[in-house]
Amino acid sequence: MSAAHPSPPAALPTRARLAVATGRTVAGASKLVHFGSGSVIGGRAALLVDPDLLRQLTRGREVVVVSATNGKTTTTRLIGAALGTDRPVVSNSLGANMTPGIVAALGAADPIATAVLEVDERWVPQVLEQTGAATVVLLNLSRDQLDRSQEVRKLAERWREALTATPPARVVANADDPLVVWAASAAPEVVWVATGQDWTADAAGCPNCTGRIAFEAGSWRCTACDLSRPDPHVEVGDTGVTLPSGPVALDLALPGRVNRVNAAFALAAATALGADAIAAAQAVGRVQEVAGRYRVATLAGRPVRLLLAKNPAGWHEAIDMLSPAPAPVVVAINARIADGHDPSWLWDVDYERLAGRLVVATGERRHDLAVRLRYAGVEHVTVAEVADAVARAAAAPGAEPGAIVDVAANYTAFQEYLDMVGGPR
Amino acid sequence: MSPTSPIRDSAVRIGVLFPDLLGTYGDGGNALVLTQRLAWRDIAVDVVTVPAGQAAPDSCDLYLVGGGEDGPQVQATRELDESRALHRAVDRGAVVLAVCAGMQILGHRFPDATGTDVPGLGLLDCDTVRVDRPRAVGELLTAEATVPDPSGPPGATIDLGVLTGFENHAGRTVPGPSSTTLGRVEVGEGNGDGTEGVVCGRIVGTYLHGPVLARNPRLADLLLGWVVGVDALAPLDDHEVDDLRAERLRAARANELAPRRSWRDLLRRS
Repeated sequence: MSAAHPSPPAALPTRARLAVATGRTVAGASKLVHFGSGSVIGGRAALLVDPDLLRQLTRGREVVVVSATNGKTTTTRLIGAALGTDRPVVSNSLGANMTPGIVAALGAADPIATAVLEVDERWVPQVLEQTGAATVVLLNLSRDQLDRSQEVRKLAERWREALTATPPARVVANADDPLVVWAASAAPEVVWVATGQDWTADAAGCPNCTGRIAFEAGSWRCTACDLSRPDPHVEVGDTGVTLPSGPVALDLALPGRVNRVNAAFALAAATALGADAIAAAQAVGRVQEVAGRYRVATLAGRPVRLLLAKNPAGWHEAIDMLSPAPAPVVVAINARIADGHDPSWLWDVDYERLAGRLVVATGERRHDLAVRLRYAGVEHVTVAEVADAVARAAAAPGAEPGAIVDVAANYTAFQEYLDMVGGPR
Repeated sequence: MSPTSPIRDSAVRIGVLFPDLLGTYGDGGNALVLTQRLAWRDIAVDVVTVPAGQAAPDSCDLYLVGGGEDGPQVQATRELDESRALHRAVDRGAVVLAVCAGMQILGHRFPDATGTDVPGLGLLDCDTVRVDRPRAVGELLTAEATVPDPSGPPGATIDLGVLTGFENHAGRTVPGPSSTTLGRVEVGEGNGDGTEGVVCGRIVGTYLHGPVLARNPRLADLLLGWVVGVDALAPLDDHEVDDLRAERLRAARANELAPRRSWRDLLRRS
């Protein structure tokens, strides 16, 4: 299999080259037996051969690390687009965001390409230590996967320790998320982005002391210590972004307020790395889908748009992206290992905002969703199979004939439906 | 929805204590469940949400204390210990539902993040201790749950049926002699000694998230009945909860912690 690929870069030590070749062979074999793309298992095999492989593959390479609870895949993609205007870029663009997925992506890459890496929140310290990334982009931290993630405060603490141990040249960080601000302010230079984030439910307690964070319009501060909102360098408007170098127009193909915020992070990071703001903004604006998110496709013979929403903070933004009521929506909830086994978070989502339309509940935990929607006073039905759910939504009184049906799904449900419409590309 | 007329001349007051500290595991849904089950019966309800740093009122009919992380748990204990509002309310006969960290707070003591004992509020006769076992995470099923009837003759109990929910806790809870438990664990860990929950009078402690009242409407109506009287609680259409319960009971008994955990999921995400 490996003969079909370009050779590993000659500058790599022998062991790293062997590791890359092993990873490719295993990934190819895995792909042959239809175990997905094989990139993660290939990366694992490569790391068995050379545990230091990530360090080897990023030596001398420009590295950007992107992490968050929500939006890291999208922002990674947008930074890739922005930097791709003037240099080669490599990315783990399909969301395999721990070390095995990252080495799999880098193993096949041009050795001089800038690496834009999406990194799982828990893997930030390890990836920073091994890559010595010069640019770190930190979007937000909120609760996700209740049964398996670490407490968000502990994650913020680990980020802070990592930024102290391996200081990057710059951090681009969210000025409106107290957990992120506390973590990022350990870095020597921070570009603060005003995100207007109004999801504050996961940051009531000050990460710096045991005080309480007081949120007021457009600002926040700790009531007990001096942690407060830093003055932002980047602002997000309806038609553009104000960067440290000045304003730039932005016309996004991606929907929603949150994607304008993601684009602002991308432009702030890319221009800090020397990209031209106007060219970068145009490239970012042209991105239409990210690892299948927002894809318009045909499912069960009907046009659908796939949206990913996997936790309360994500849903908070996703509801704004839906076609307005009375357009029906299909909502799919699973609770597999990658989703977290406890879907109690459904009760922290403001599903009351879905009132005035039919919600078709599907996925393995559709009954949990149905009970939530009953108590929210939202009209709903449960349908076991997604194809039937889309058909049911398309036949709802609020549906325009032939209109695109929004399908909002959490992680594993989303991946399943994406596979049904051709998979990531 | 139902024709019952309210038998109270004032609204039922539900106090939600420190949801910003103790709202990590979706227990805020319990307040919505109680509110709606009253509203559907045309019973007026007033929800008092008490954020951290604000004084808890002692005048509510029913209090909800949810689950949370170690640090916030200690902060919530400190605030309730200083104000004594919950103690005064319980003395008056107020009803309390305390979930997970909330139950631990109401006991005599619990361990903080470092393992040091923190004195609890002493409203529930139980001790929470650290054990050398993995964190208890998964579906929790309590067969044939009952609570003593606080207004009935000695030994009288109220049947709650099967309790279903999701547990997620490190500590284990040892019920004391003046408390009872909700029942015996069929699937999961619960208190750690084969029992689940701690009940003292009209205070119910449990390890069940889900939220517990969303999955167990009989428990919800038990708490409401203690406030408004069972006669005020006309039956509601709970068929969707029945569907959810049937599915969760089946999954718990089949030990499906990870429903249809597939190789694809593991390869993709890990």
